[in-house]
Amino acid sequence: MQQAMTQAFDPMLAPGHGPIASPDDIDSATSYAIEARGLVKRFDGVVAVDGVDIAVPEGSIFGILGPNGAGKTTTLRMLLGIIDPDKGTRRVLGSENPHALANRIGYLPEERGLYPAMKAVDAIAFVGALRGLPTAEGRRRGYRLLEEHGFAHIADRQIRQMSKGQAQTVQLLATLVHDPALVVLDEPFSGLDAISQGRLERTIRELAARGTTVIFSTHVLAHAERLCERIAIIAGGRVPFHGLVSTARDRLPPQVHLETRSIDGPWRAALPENAVPQLKQGGGAIWGFSLPDDGVEPLLTALVEGKAGIESLSIERAGLHDAFVAIAGEAAAKALEEETGAAR
Amino acid sequence: MKQFLARIMVIARRDFRAILFSRSFLFFILGPLFPVIVAWMAGGIGASVQGATGEARLGIAMAPAESALVTQARGSLSRAAGGLPGIEILHGDRNSPAEIRAILADGPGERNVAAVLSGTLDNPALSGPQGRISGWQGHVTLLVDEARRLRDLQAGDGARQWPAVALQPMAQPSQIDEAGGRIRTAQAGQTLLFLLTMLLAGMVLSNLVEEKANKIIEVLAAAVPMDAVFFGKLLAMLGVSLVGIAVWGSVAGLALLAGGGGLSMLSTPAVGWPMFMALGLAYFACAYLLLGSLFLSIGGLAATVREVQTLSMPVTMAQLLVFFLASYSLGHQGETIEMVAAIVPFSSPFAMLARAAMQPEIWPHFVAIAWQGLWVFLIVRAGAALFRKTVMKSGPSQGKRGLGALLRQVMTRSFRQA
Repeated sequence: MQQAMTQAFDPMLAPGHGPIASPDDIDSATSYAIEARGLVKRFDGVVAVDGVDIAVPEGSIFGILGPNGAGKTTTLRMLLGIIDPDKGTRRVLGSENPHALANRIGYLPEERGLYPAMKAVDAIAFVGALRGLPTAEGRRRGYRLLEEHGFAHIADRQIRQMSKGQAQTVQLLATLVHDPALVVLDEPFSGLDAISQGRLERTIRELAARGTTVIFSTHVLAHAERLCERIAIIAGGRVPFHGLVSTARDRLPPQVHLETRSIDGPWRAALPENAVPQLKQGGGAIWGFSLPDDGVEPLLTALVEGKAGIESLSIERAGLHDAFVAIAGEAAAKALEEETGAAR
Repeated sequence: MKQFLARIMVIARRDFRAILFSRSFLFFILGPLFPVIVAWMAGGIGASVQGATGEARLGIAMAPAESALVTQARGSLSRAAGGLPGIEILHGDRNSPAEIRAILADGPGERNVAAVLSGTLDNPALSGPQGRISGWQGHVTLLVDEARRLRDLQAGDGARQWPAVALQPMAQPSQIDEAGGRIRTAQAGQTLLFLLTMLLAGMVLSNLVEEKANKIIEVLAAAVPMDAVFFGKLLAMLGVSLVGIAVWGSVAGLALLAGGGGLSMLSTPAVGWPMFMALGLAYFACAYLLLGSLFLSIGGLAATVREVQTLSMPVTMAQLLVFFLASYSLGHQGETIEMVAAIVPFSSPFAMLARAAMQPEIWPHFVAIAWQGLWVFLIVRAGAALFRKTVMKSGPSQGKRGLGALLRQVMTRSFRQA
């Protein structure tokens, strides 16, 4: 049944605002931990999510990126069954009812929360019990997890007596205590210091190495760039991009960084029109622009023959940040345009 | 289903323990005992004040021989009639109006003389404030009459023998008394059920506020269907309430035993005491769960404790209406109004408990309990669905998503439609 579903699901063919994915993104032989198609959610008449398609391969680290208010949390809540979509279908670990598989799912919500009077180990055991783990086993694993993460000393401390970072760590461990097959983290890095962020990145990698599927939302792209192979970009409730991180970066042409001793000459005709020089104090200029469509060779020939005086030349692939700004910005502008048109 | 029940129990266990092992639970248990303690203290203070001021007494300003006869008459009469005023013998020569006024003007002093009997046994006069002498006129007449009789006795008549009235307690009251007694039992049962429900179910109103304030609601909602969260919370609160009832019931039982009272004050209900008690417990659970599920649903939509407090008044009024319906139906057994009270889910437990006191059939109670259980299920389902729909949103802060926001939204829509 699941195989049939995965074969049938192809975001490339999804109707409406389907994701823009490269052909290598979806593989019909891949098993998906999460498959969602055409998810729509309205709150009080306002469309929060508008036709979201997402496919998360099993065992992968998948990032949902988007600016604040883009619809990330609503999408995750629909995937987990916290709220139901107004339209669309979802399948999590092969089931259309996520609550039926709660024992195999771990969830860290964006708004962290634990009972303040509970001790750390009891809080972990309680969340484990909600996910079907016997309380005694939950406590045993709680002590072990706290020790492994260097928090053994707070095991019997009440949540209300902890720092925010400690409480967040306890909640993360509570998310993992029942050894879930799918871990969903909503903005897991927010509120953590740099050391804790590094520790969390390591934990996510370890989970994926064990075969656990990890899906997390963030608006900090550096984490996604370091951790994820695949991402979905959400903007204005839609998914303008869904696929490999490398594909997202490839959507922008490589960026050329050029330093010349000369600032003008016939060679400038080979540079794009929008290339604006930044003048150097000792003479010369720095240029930054997208690599022209005809490649680097004609540019290089023009620079050399035109005696531009090349001091340095580097060509770099676009970063995820640039790709995100371009994709999300484009989508947001398009959504705004459509909204304005509809209002007219 | 097994998994669903297991999750209900996880929620219920957490809430039950959190409440039972909190410091505030002690106040919860002691709460209903406070009025008893206050009443006991007030009684003690009253007795102390009364002891200090003394009981109002009748001053006797007669010749010594006649005063002695009045004293003797009081002793004789008090064996047959209660309520006679205490007596204070005054000097027989202090019987002029001015002297009597002076005695009364002393007020509640050491002797506490409230009125004065002067003159002679054949020509007595009672002086004092109008209200007092009117109230004591009958007693004083009896005293003087008895004193005269004693005087005549001393002159040679035989001693009076007061008639002895034999008491014959009846083993079974008559049909009319039995029906009346059962109505009293039904009323007592209804009142107790109402008081307990009103005292205890109101706590459920604020039950989800903690989860929302601590933001743990999303952890629960992701792991457990919201229905299970609602059922778990209701069960925990029912458990806490039953603990409270067990404690208060034990204290009340001990107090009744110590006072020599008991259920003998009430007529035996039609279904018998053991079944009546069992049904009372079952109907308490039903009434609690019905009201609790409604309160939980309403309280779940409230964003703040302030909203919950605002809701308390209309909720209490609604409870009173339900109670009035059930009480009214009590005197109309077998009529349409009784059927209505038994069918309306919220009045059903009260009406059916009254029926248990009045009618011997058992089977209607099983039907009623199943009916009430069905409504608990339906209300919880609806409340959970509403909670998921209105509260579990992302975006604006929780404060904008409370009951107030929902009401504003409904009103705005109504205005737009108008």
